[in-house]
Amino acid sequence: MAVCIAVIAKENYPLYIRSTPTENELKFHYMVHTSLDMVDEKISAMGKALVDQRELYLGLLYPTEDYKVYGYVTNSKVKFVMVVDSSNTALRDNEIRSMFRKLHNSYTDVMCNPFYNPGDRIQSRAFDNMVTSMMIQVC
Amino acid sequence: MEAAAAAAAAAAAAAGGGCGSGPPPLLLSEGEQQCYSELFARCAGAAGGGPGSGPPEAARVAPGTATAAAGPVADLFRASQLPAETLHQITELCGAKRVGYFGATQFYIALKLIAAAQSGLPVRIESIKCELPLPRFMMSKNDGEIRFGNPAELHGTKVQIPYLTTEKNSFKRMDDEDKQQETQSPTMSPLASPPSSPPHYQRVPLSHGYSKLRSSAEQMHPAPYEARQPLVQPEGSSSGGPGTKPLRHQASLIRSFSVERELQDNSSYPDEPWRITEEQREYYVNQFRSLQPDPSSFISGSVAKNFFTKSKLSIPELSYIWELSDADCDGALTLPEFCAAFHLIVARKNGYPLPEGLPPTLQPEYLQAAFPKPKWDCQLFDSYSESLPANQQPRDLNRMEKTSVKDMADLPVPTQDVTSDDKQALKSTINEALSKDVSEDPATSKDSNSLKARPRSRSYSSTSIEEAMKRGEDPPTPPPRPQKTHSRASSLDLNKVFQPSVPATKSGLLPPPPALPPRPCPSQSEQVSEAELLPQLSRAPSQAAESSPAKKDVPYSQPPSKPIRRKFRPENQATENQEPSTAASGPASAATMKPHPTVQKQSSKQKKAIQTAIRKNKEANAVLARLNSELQQQLKEVHQERIALENQLEQLRPVTVL
Repeated sequence: MAVCIAVIAKENYPLYIRSTPTENELKFHYMVHTSLDMVDEKISAMGKALVDQRELYLGLLYPTEDYKVYGYVTNSKVKFVMVVDSSNTALRDNEIRSMFRKLHNSYTDVMCNPFYNPGDRIQSRAFDNMVTSMMIQVC
Repeated sequence: MEAAAAAAAAAAAAAGGGCGSGPPPLLLSEGEQQCYSELFARCAGAAGGGPGSGPPEAARVAPGTATAAAGPVADLFRASQLPAETLHQITELCGAKRVGYFGATQFYIALKLIAAAQSGLPVRIESIKCELPLPRFMMSKNDGEIRFGNPAELHGTKVQIPYLTTEKNSFKRMDDEDKQQETQSPTMSPLASPPSSPPHYQRVPLSHGYSKLRSSAEQMHPAPYEARQPLVQPEGSSSGGPGTKPLRHQASLIRSFSVERELQDNSSYPDEPWRITEEQREYYVNQFRSLQPDPSSFISGSVAKNFFTKSKLSIPELSYIWELSDADCDGALTLPEFCAAFHLIVARKNGYPLPEGLPPTLQPEYLQAAFPKPKWDCQLFDSYSESLPANQQPRDLNRMEKTSVKDMADLPVPTQDVTSDDKQALKSTINEALSKDVSEDPATSKDSNSLKARPRSRSYSSTSIEEAMKRGEDPPTPPPRPQKTHSRASSLDLNKVFQPSVPATKSGLLPPPPALPPRPCPSQSEQVSEAELLPQLSRAPSQAAESSPAKKDVPYSQPPSKPIRRKFRPENQATENQEPSTAASGPASAATMKPHPTVQKQSSKQKKAIQTAIRKNKEANAVLARLNSELQQQLKEVHQERIALENQLEQLRPVTVL
């Protein structure tokens, strides 16, 4: 369903990025990178005083012809970016939200692992499996 | 053996020449013939199952009617490490399905097809005409089933020799003999396993190896190795599930062939290396106790990390092992989780590849149900006597229903912080556990697990209190999220007394799971000269503590460089926030109590609350002080290392400058 999923650290470097191998992966990497600007915009737009009430789900960051990019930020400024195929019109907002929630939970599990140093690339197999399950194309 | 070989060879020749309508005649080379006949003899002999050794029985069997039992054949095929579909194809092609048994012809054809598949050729009848290398079989060690051993004799068989590294000594902290025993215990397990397995056949080659293992105190060498073979799960065939799935699938397929398979399939978990024996279990439990005296509470992540790092496995592997064993993903290990993790580490060190998923024998429910610890009953009841109803205690002790005891031991942990639901659940499960048999215990253990899983955050507070109270001379192991304790304790009393302190504590004590808590200086009060990090760190958290209450994102002063310190950050942050808040609350409480002399109930409540808070803080302080001293030690060591390195550098420098 998702075409590309990326986990970006607070310092804006990727902790985990994976895309379906059908197309040029570099394009997705670039897309994710450009979407970070949008994420920052949304975060700052919320206002500093409301940081407690800021919602984690950022919604649609920007749509292109072929793809839509969604964003999600955790309380520790770790960002999840998801690129979805535009032809998947059946994907509703709720589904995207639930996918982000699953991502967040898996990320939490990764963090619980004491052998994982925050800031390292995510190499957990459970996380990989979860992302794969979200990225399996029906075709 | 030679008689059997000759008989089987004759059978092969006869069968090969005789079958015209079936598959084309096999042309076996010398080596192939010997290899195949050997394998066939073993399969056929194992099927016999009488006392004595296999080969004489095979000789007894008439050449024309020699059949290999489906069980050992299935194992052999699995050992070839081909995917399940390929094996099915092979069994179909070789004609075993048609005739319903593995005769010599079918068996030989199957072996040839296996060789073909392993060489990458498509599995077809025509493949058997080609010149092929011998099929390769990984040595498999299954519960109560055939072992194909003796690599010296079989040409094509590949053997994976395990390596016992000497680092294991330091890791295990046992003397050599015990170490040998421990590493041999996986060997012993198939022997000690269910008696329904045909023990006779494999005991003969095994007992030789086994006695050798027992007597020798050195490294293993290939001859006794045949008794201790790694089980390589056919990972290529498993579709991500644990190894039992492909095994089961093939078992169901082959069950149609012979009834003997039923006997051997008693134990539903045929993956032997993942089964923990009693000795191993004892050892793991002792290690657990050395880290955490309370057998039914957790080992925190950092403690476990330090401990497992001593095993000298690589960090990604340890990370993966943790992922497998920490079933509820709470960042801490209970006893069964710890045993599973330890066992995986042991297996990995002995050369077994790590499984895709946690094997069923290492699941926490299974471990709890299968390995009760009766001698801990007294300990458990001492600790939890207040939570268990008194009249139930003697009944439990008398009944010695061990698994139910274990469940109850697990259950009180989440109920320390009492909610009515938990108490009711506890009582109901106690009643369940007492009234039902051992067979019902997996259900209750599942209840306990679900109970444990539910109040994940709450159980931390209980363990932290207990740990703080019970901590003796053990090194302090602060639980991962103790802030909740402090926050709750502080919110109890300080909320009433000193309002502004609450946001400060809250802001500092937020433990969102993906959050990187700020890095306060662990030894803020002590002057450490050479660490430039520390003064910076101390400045940062002190700023944080004094900053506005609404500010949630404390500035991160340094990129994470020392993971150990980071773990202790939360408590430090907590205590730092505690100290200003308790200091503030002290005079505040005194102030509030004076103008209300008449409202004595409130003041006494506040007193009690404050006293409990003070007590808890003192305990936390003690823990942290010990922690502090440990960290100081580490710091000194690191400092010395650094000095040594700098000296070396100085020595080298003049050489290069020239």
